[in-house]
Amino acid sequence: MPTEQDVLTVTEPSEHITSPALKGNPEDLRDLEAGLDKLQSDVQRKAGIDWSRVLLPIAALVVLILVWQFYVSLGLKRRDLVPGPLDVLGQMGVLWSEGKVQESVWTSLQRGLFGFLISVVIATPVGLLLAQAAPLRRAFGPLISGLQVLPSVAWVPAAIIWFGLTDATVYFVVFMGAIPSIINGLISGVDQIPPQYRSVGKVLGANRLQMALQIVLPAALPGYIGGLKQGWAFSWRSLMAAEIIATGGSIGFGLGSLLDQGRLLSDMATVMTAILLILAVGILIELLVFGPVEKRLLQRRGLLAGGTR
Amino acid sequence: MPVVLEHLGKRFGDGAPVLDDVNASIAKGEFVALLGASGCGKSTLLNILAGLEQPTSGALEVPADGAAFMFQDSALFPWLTARGNIELALQLADKNAGRRSSKAERSARSTELLELVHLGGAGDKRPHELSGGMRQRVALARSLAQDRQLLLMDEPFAALDAITRDLLHDELERIWKETGRTIVFVTHNVREAVRLGQRVLLLSSRPGRVVAEWDVTEEHRTDAGSAGELTATITRRLREEIRRHAN
Repeated sequence: MPTEQDVLTVTEPSEHITSPALKGNPEDLRDLEAGLDKLQSDVQRKAGIDWSRVLLPIAALVVLILVWQFYVSLGLKRRDLVPGPLDVLGQMGVLWSEGKVQESVWTSLQRGLFGFLISVVIATPVGLLLAQAAPLRRAFGPLISGLQVLPSVAWVPAAIIWFGLTDATVYFVVFMGAIPSIINGLISGVDQIPPQYRSVGKVLGANRLQMALQIVLPAALPGYIGGLKQGWAFSWRSLMAAEIIATGGSIGFGLGSLLDQGRLLSDMATVMTAILLILAVGILIELLVFGPVEKRLLQRRGLLAGGTR
Repeated sequence: MPVVLEHLGKRFGDGAPVLDDVNASIAKGEFVALLGASGCGKSTLLNILAGLEQPTSGALEVPADGAAFMFQDSALFPWLTARGNIELALQLADKNAGRRSSKAERSARSTELLELVHLGGAGDKRPHELSGGMRQRVALARSLAQDRQLLLMDEPFAALDAITRDLLHDELERIWKETGRTIVFVTHNVREAVRLGQRVLLLSSRPGRVVAEWDVTEEHRTDAGSAGELTATITRRLREEIRRHAN
């Protein structure tokens, strides 16, 4: 009996109707395939440092400071009510030499990050559980959304009554700000998973835990990172609010405390210094932590092309 | 007989039945093309075979260890590389079979599978860096990684260009011969069905039912004339089936 290969060589390839002229020599086919693969896959592009990413934000900052300086030099308001950039810089120098800048930034940053990390550890399993178990989600979903909308500052009085003027008060307020936000981010990330991924997981034989950890969680990662970012924003804001309201006792000296001190002394330069430091921490965390993580994540999934990032 | 369907029926809620009285049996190592117009319940039938959906009536016999499945779009996980996708399938398959496999073993097996689909050099690429045809080949390698006797394919080449599709037909045929899998291949393309299947089953629409079947013999594979005749016959029957719904 002739093998298929033998038959193929005697038949004119062009006579094939079911499979056109292609069906032929396996070597030719492999070359054809390799050619197609080359033609159709992306060429690797390695970009160097994109200076516009560095220079544009700096230029924007310089312009804003110049506008500020220009406004102050018009002399429309008293200098102690609206200090200029140089006054603020000077005050920052004074506070730095007193060690207050370092102390307050360190205290707040430490609390913010620690509170945020604990929030992540609590919120992630809870979020996964709610996203995967429909009855639980129906029961607690509205409550979590409500808690996310509730300003966490509202918990400050309660926290002071329960925990007194201690660090526990500050952390409690941070948790109440960050946890619902991270849970909701994770849930909405899970909701946006293409249903097919779950089908694939099922076909591959994943059990509930494997499905949650190896398919649902990584698939939901972009939404989850969005939730983490928002969770961090809520932690940082709640922390500042708590530090402004709750001062004294065993609560350390944070940026919020510095801000409140400036208010008590009617020292506008100190107030501006504190605000700028709070802003700077926010920008740095975005630039050094969330920005790169998010960019890498989207790039690896091929989601960045055409974006403005 | 790894797959036997007896009087199988499926309806969603109170709607009209999607599948009604489907009877078929598929032998071990057989390559069956399941042909039908769009919306005839081909995919539903495949989902039932895969255990993704439950039939509402009739009896169904499938291999106890389940089936491997290949979707119309590759459905690769975008957060994993081509190799990572295959290794995940290996890992889950091993866990289910109660085997423990080391990372090195899985890596070696994924290399073999990538070689099998001629993608030895593309293992570290992510799905979005691959062309549609390459993605489908990775998906094929992933479904082979499951190491199940039965492989279900739901129009896996429908979205590809003609040249790539022809190539993948040859490749699938080669892999089928090398691995001896039982394949159920769903398509709405008559030529594809005749090109690949040893047997072509025609599914009617609303409700879906096996209304005709043809054997594709060696003669059809090698002689263009008889292949063309068979294609024409099947196409006629398929059109008849679709026209029934015109009024």
